[in-house]
Amino acid sequence: MNRKWKSHIEVTLIYLFIAFMFVVIAYPLLWTISMSLNPGTSLYSASLIPEKWTFEHYKWLFTSPESDYLLWYKNSLFVAAANAVLSVLFTALIAYAFSRYQFVGRKTGLYLFLVLQMFPSLMAMVALYILLNMLHLLDSLWGLILIYVGGQIPFNAWLVKGYFDTIPRELDEAARIDGAGHFGVFFRIMLPLAKPILAVVALFNFMAPFTDFLLPSIVLRDPDKFTLAVGLFNFISDRFANNFTRFAAGSILIAAPIAVVFLFLQRYLISGLTAGGTKG
Amino acid sequence: MPEANVRHRPAVAMALSLLFAGLGQLYNRRYVKGILFIIIEASFLLTFYNFLNIGLWGLVTLGEIPMLDHSIFLLIQGLVSVIIIVFAAALHIANIIDARNDARRRQRGEPFPSLIESCRHAWDRGFPYIFVTPGLVMLLFIVVLPLLFMVSLAFTDYNLYHSPPRHLLNWVGFENFKNLVSIPIWKSTFFSVLAWTIVWTVVATTAQIALGLFLALLVNDPRIKFKRFIRTVLILPWAVPAFVTILVFAAMFNDKFGAINREVLSLFGLSIPWMTDPFWTKVALILIQTWLGFPFVFALFTGVLQSISRDWYEAADIDGATRWQKFKSITLPHVLYATAPLLIMQYAGNFNNFNIIYLFNDGGPAVRGQNAGGTDILISWVYDLTFTTNNYNMAAAISLIIGLIVCGFAIYQFRRTRSFKEEGNI
Repeated sequence: MNRKWKSHIEVTLIYLFIAFMFVVIAYPLLWTISMSLNPGTSLYSASLIPEKWTFEHYKWLFTSPESDYLLWYKNSLFVAAANAVLSVLFTALIAYAFSRYQFVGRKTGLYLFLVLQMFPSLMAMVALYILLNMLHLLDSLWGLILIYVGGQIPFNAWLVKGYFDTIPRELDEAARIDGAGHFGVFFRIMLPLAKPILAVVALFNFMAPFTDFLLPSIVLRDPDKFTLAVGLFNFISDRFANNFTRFAAGSILIAAPIAVVFLFLQRYLISGLTAGGTKG
Repeated sequence: MPEANVRHRPAVAMALSLLFAGLGQLYNRRYVKGILFIIIEASFLLTFYNFLNIGLWGLVTLGEIPMLDHSIFLLIQGLVSVIIIVFAAALHIANIIDARNDARRRQRGEPFPSLIESCRHAWDRGFPYIFVTPGLVMLLFIVVLPLLFMVSLAFTDYNLYHSPPRHLLNWVGFENFKNLVSIPIWKSTFFSVLAWTIVWTVVATTAQIALGLFLALLVNDPRIKFKRFIRTVLILPWAVPAFVTILVFAAMFNDKFGAINREVLSLFGLSIPWMTDPFWTKVALILIQTWLGFPFVFALFTGVLQSISRDWYEAADIDGATRWQKFKSITLPHVLYATAPLLIMQYAGNFNNFNIIYLFNDGGPAVRGQNAGGTDILISWVYDLTFTTNNYNMAAAISLIIGLIVCGFAIYQFRRTRSFKEEGNI
């Protein structure tokens, strides 16, 4: 009897702690939602439970002639799509070579990837700025895409290579006996079998431009070319005096779809990371 | 079949190929190959000679006439030249080795493969390079070249008062590093920023890992129901884009109007200067990072926990092990072994976690007697030095120090990872 009681108390405590975590997690999120529904533009007058609910901020984003929100959405979608496609292409090519072939510089390359993925891209910002300037790609979405695609290679090549390594070599050997060439093995064996991890790479590279604000804020100058993150940041960059409610509304419209996609995908990312991390 | 020719000397072939690609091949009487190599090297020289010449001159001198020579462009051209030369040298060495191999064959009188055969051989051997090249070129220009540029800047005097095109830059050796630890204002700022960066990395990361582990263990308990739902909610902070949540937190922690002071702490009659007192800003940052970071660790550990075989625990139960013993001897080693590289990445990530520092309070509040904000970590200080005060040389010097520390993390990773033992082959 005593033991059973102890167990009950334990379970209750666990539930209580989880409930506490729920509150801590939900509070800022619900607060953001209620901000977006508050009338007015500032934090001063806003409250957690607004006296008057309003969708005026959402309406403003989509209908006001002053609002560039839809344009930013379009820019972000373009950058995201291009980044996803190009990243998968470059990464899969590199990962295939590193996973299946022996060549001069293979080991050095792997070391290089491991080191480079830890260097923050911020360290290279000045040089990237000057390089883009030299190539006349400053203030252009293609310049941004170029940097994203190049920058993701070390991390994702490592991730995909780890996955490729788990695909049995017997499969490509069998395909080679059947007369498949290098490209044949790559396109007909490796790519189809690696679909899960390639989907993860594609989706994460698709989502990155929606959430990254640092790089575009340095590369892009013209408000017509802004991505969502930069545009939203500008709503509040004058120290929260203005438009926080508008920022909240705009943010929710990005965060909600991303969060939903993410919740579905994180399992694959985790399995990819642990496979790539320990088996390399 | 050609006869063995002992008078044919590999050394001569190598020397000729060293002199100019293709000459050794001609000496080996491999005329088509030789002429091909000569054409390639000649066109390389014709195309790049001027560029490399100016690049190397620029790299050494950084320009000689102010207003006409732009030191920064010269520096970049110089670095590009170095990269091109390294590649050309690699190809040239391959050509010398090729000449040697062919010469030895001729010496021994072995037949040469036909042109088609050698083409196929080259295709098989060269194939991985074809796959790697596009990505590698991007990597070189977008990641490696900018980092080399940064490293170079650390040894120049590039700042607001020495900036091209009005002024030429000069190489100053280790001057910037000396200044960093000897000029009082730099010295005090550097060491206080470094100290906070280390505290931040250790405390924030450890907190998020500990919370993630603790929650993973709790939810994994067989007596807990609604596991899927609980897990989904606990992962939410990771799913919402960080820049949104950080900005929301920045508003919530606002001293006067923020929800934390106005709605939560007012219940206890408290009001904390979150944004104006460095200590409380640091506390807030660590709390927020824990909120942001624990879900990843939680998801990771949950995955690993489910993969630990039940047999282990049953065996431990038979031996009468306590819960703590089971945790210490079964769970923890399993979990840490599988995730150590990723946990190290968490530390490395927080060490350079620019976003949270910058977005929360811009490294502030300001502190007397130093030129960084009270909560600036090294990387956000670099950002300020670069984009606000244009102290490019000092920013680069500090970046280099960050780079060295990051390499420390990387070396640990190398030793952990097993991937180098698995060799690729065709």
